[in-house]
Amino acid sequence: MRGESVFPELEQLLPLVSKPIQYVGGELGATVKPWDTASVRWVLMYPDAYEVGLPNQGVQILYEVLNEREGVLAERTYSVWPDLEKLMRDNGVPQFTVDSHRAVGDFDLFGVSFATELGYTNLLTALDLAGIPLSAAQRTTDHPIVVAGGHAAFNPEPIAEFIDAAVLGDGEEAVLEITEIVRRWKAEGSPGGRDEILLRLARTESIYVPRFYDVDYLPDGRIQRVVPNRPDVPFRVHKRTTMDLDAWPYPKKPLVPLAETVHERFAVEIFRGCTRGCRFCQAGMITRPVRERSITTVGEMVKQGLEFSGFQEVGLLSLSSADHTEIGDMCKGLADQYEGSNVSLSLPSTRVDAFNIDLAQELSRNGRRTGLTFAPEGGSERIRRVINKMVSEEDLIRTVVTAYSNGWRQVKLYFMCGLPTETDEDVVQIARLAHEVIKSGRAATGSKEVRCTVSIGGFVPKPHTPFQWAAMDTPEVIDNRLKLLKQAINSDRSLGRAIGFRYHDGQPSLIEGLLARGDRRVAAVIREAWAMGGRFDGWSEHFSYQRWLEACTNAGVDIWWYTTREREESEVLPWDHLDSGLDKEWLWKDWQDALTEYEQDDCRWTPCFDCGVCPSMDTHIQIGPTGRKLLPLTVV
Amino acid sequence: MQRVRVRYAKRGPLRFTSHRDFARAIERAIHRARVPIAYSQGFTPHPKISFSSAAPTGVASEAEYLELGLRERVEPDRLAKDLDEALSPGLDIVEVVEALTTDSLSDRLTASHWRVELPGVAVSAAAEAVAAFVAEQEVLVERLFKQGRRTFDVRPAVHSITPVEGPDGSIGVPCAILDLVVRQVTPSVRPDDVLSGLRAVADLDMAAPARVIRLSQGTLTPRGEIVDPLALDRDAAVVGNRLT
Repeated sequence: MRGESVFPELEQLLPLVSKPIQYVGGELGATVKPWDTASVRWVLMYPDAYEVGLPNQGVQILYEVLNEREGVLAERTYSVWPDLEKLMRDNGVPQFTVDSHRAVGDFDLFGVSFATELGYTNLLTALDLAGIPLSAAQRTTDHPIVVAGGHAAFNPEPIAEFIDAAVLGDGEEAVLEITEIVRRWKAEGSPGGRDEILLRLARTESIYVPRFYDVDYLPDGRIQRVVPNRPDVPFRVHKRTTMDLDAWPYPKKPLVPLAETVHERFAVEIFRGCTRGCRFCQAGMITRPVRERSITTVGEMVKQGLEFSGFQEVGLLSLSSADHTEIGDMCKGLADQYEGSNVSLSLPSTRVDAFNIDLAQELSRNGRRTGLTFAPEGGSERIRRVINKMVSEEDLIRTVVTAYSNGWRQVKLYFMCGLPTETDEDVVQIARLAHEVIKSGRAATGSKEVRCTVSIGGFVPKPHTPFQWAAMDTPEVIDNRLKLLKQAINSDRSLGRAIGFRYHDGQPSLIEGLLARGDRRVAAVIREAWAMGGRFDGWSEHFSYQRWLEACTNAGVDIWWYTTREREESEVLPWDHLDSGLDKEWLWKDWQDALTEYEQDDCRWTPCFDCGVCPSMDTHIQIGPTGRKLLPLTVV
Repeated sequence: MQRVRVRYAKRGPLRFTSHRDFARAIERAIHRARVPIAYSQGFTPHPKISFSSAAPTGVASEAEYLELGLRERVEPDRLAKDLDEALSPGLDIVEVVEALTTDSLSDRLTASHWRVELPGVAVSAAAEAVAAFVAEQEVLVERLFKQGRRTFDVRPAVHSITPVEGPDGSIGVPCAILDLVVRQVTPSVRPDDVLSGLRAVADLDMAAPARVIRLSQGTLTPRGEIVDPLALDRDAAVVGNRLT
């Protein structure tokens, strides 16, 4: 019977696996509804381990938005570790939800949120364990409609074969619209089968159904065109934008897990979108325009969220939280309110200026000044102009010294390696910068105790960014630069000892690059890598570069053509028919500006520079200040 | 500072909660229920919660214990209700009493009463293994400790082990049930160590994982009874009430 619990079978396996609690559910905030009370049933997945997937805001928000509706039911599933996967296969236990332990294959819709392309193999594991054919073409009305979302869905072509649909952009309203379409179709007796429901979804013009589009290729392998293969679907599919975040104050009832997860805190998104214009940043490009949540809504969400969850930490999240127009009052107000309560507040701080330190001081009144993070991203002024991260070296040193002088002993500096036009010299400059930071810090504090950690991430060019045309460097080049950097850091032993160095090698980035900018032909690589045992590719202990290279060979795909090849302006990109609102001509111009090291301002404070998003999406910047304070003053 | 002693249960699917998981959950529940928990002094204050020996992950329990230090006096029954509501169903508060005695709660927990279900094991096979086990003076088993593999004797800690009648045959699958009283010793002897012992002495075949539940914990009397560890505090409260 559909919707029945598989827990009795699963229960037999749990004593045999590590951390069984992650498969049991029972979180505060979880909703369990009787199967028959719903006419549309969703299963939502974050395709990684529970400890990473559970805190995901996107899934939590959609889970709550859907479950608040009568007649709609949403449950969650996460990737199972290989130990349980094997036992499930041996014992015929299907992919299950953690809420009611129902089989994933029983649901109407299977929504999967991709924050990173390295989760693609985990999608295949889940589909396979759920008994859902990997190829969308082989599915019948008995199978769930597989819908991809999240940032990676802005180029779902490499997984087009495995999904039925993709939603671009914000999900709050999209899931409700999809729910309504499916509800009606089911109420009518599911006319026309799978094709009909997918067609109804595609006609919204904001849900991409890959099967209704054909891709033609040129003799040299580039794409000639992507066109609808039937007359009644749109040429381009547009992203969704949720306006007025105050009207969508989710999560209201955050999920509080029993298992340990990567973020043990109540997270409030204080704004969505970012127009700083960092050219490497896909998130900043595809989530425009900036939409702030007001100080009063944030204050209420924090209060309710803490009361509901019992969490002791609040994270004020966004792509650049210090940029909120009311951030000063917000931090001060929250610090006042929770002073002496053991509640700690955190602000992922990536902006490099003194204002950030003021905020951090407010948030650490309890005296715990453990660490501050800044993200200059590039080691030389030149490369920072290329990536449009407008931080001068002077600013950076002054900011870090201010932090040291105010009691912080440890700062973390984030950089990227493998950026377009980057030379060995640009990367070695990171060492000089770190040395300056320590020298100035020692001078200002008179102490040898100051430390900094240099953390390096590999650059991956992403669709819908000015760097979508850029060539990647090979892992050998990246690894060599990191080696040079390490030598440069340690060239002065006294300074080197005060500097921690953390990095990832270049191999996972190359595979991420293949998957990020791939087209439909890359699906064969994913299928092959998965068949060869590929699981949890975002985890270094599970990732295998060799396996991916072999999978490329077996699938007849030239990985270098997709990664280290620079694209030309006229090339049709696999995602050109997917509309993020960004004008392709503007993106090209911004790419040319990058190559000539010309910077672009932020449209919140300077005139519009015509990136194209607002007019094409009929949206506008929503920022304060509202002039209101955090909470009404109460009479003591 | 008021001290209260809490008995709680770990039931059903939530028996897979590890001790660390439970420690986080109870701390959050304390904040949700606005329990006036006392904090330790120092740079990183910790809430005053002390746990007594926890049942292993995957083992259900009707009798786990912890003690809380409170900055304000709270009515124990009220606290039990509030805390229970703030915890996930399956982690249930059974009873709260005010600590009116000064000896440590952990010292009172000298033995545990376990019920062990062995799906797929015939009652007769279990009975034979138990008889063989009881006849031995020493039963060595191996377990993986943090320091590595270690062999130790489980026999002395087992106060009693008895096969009891179960739903054998009624559901088609045999299921032997053992009633087990084990003393609290170091290194602790857990029910799965005793099962390892049965395997060692009688080669008992247990294909399916055992289902284990701790029924009670307390002070083992010479007559083999387990005394409720909260009884002393409960009695003191009654006496106290009579005096006022």
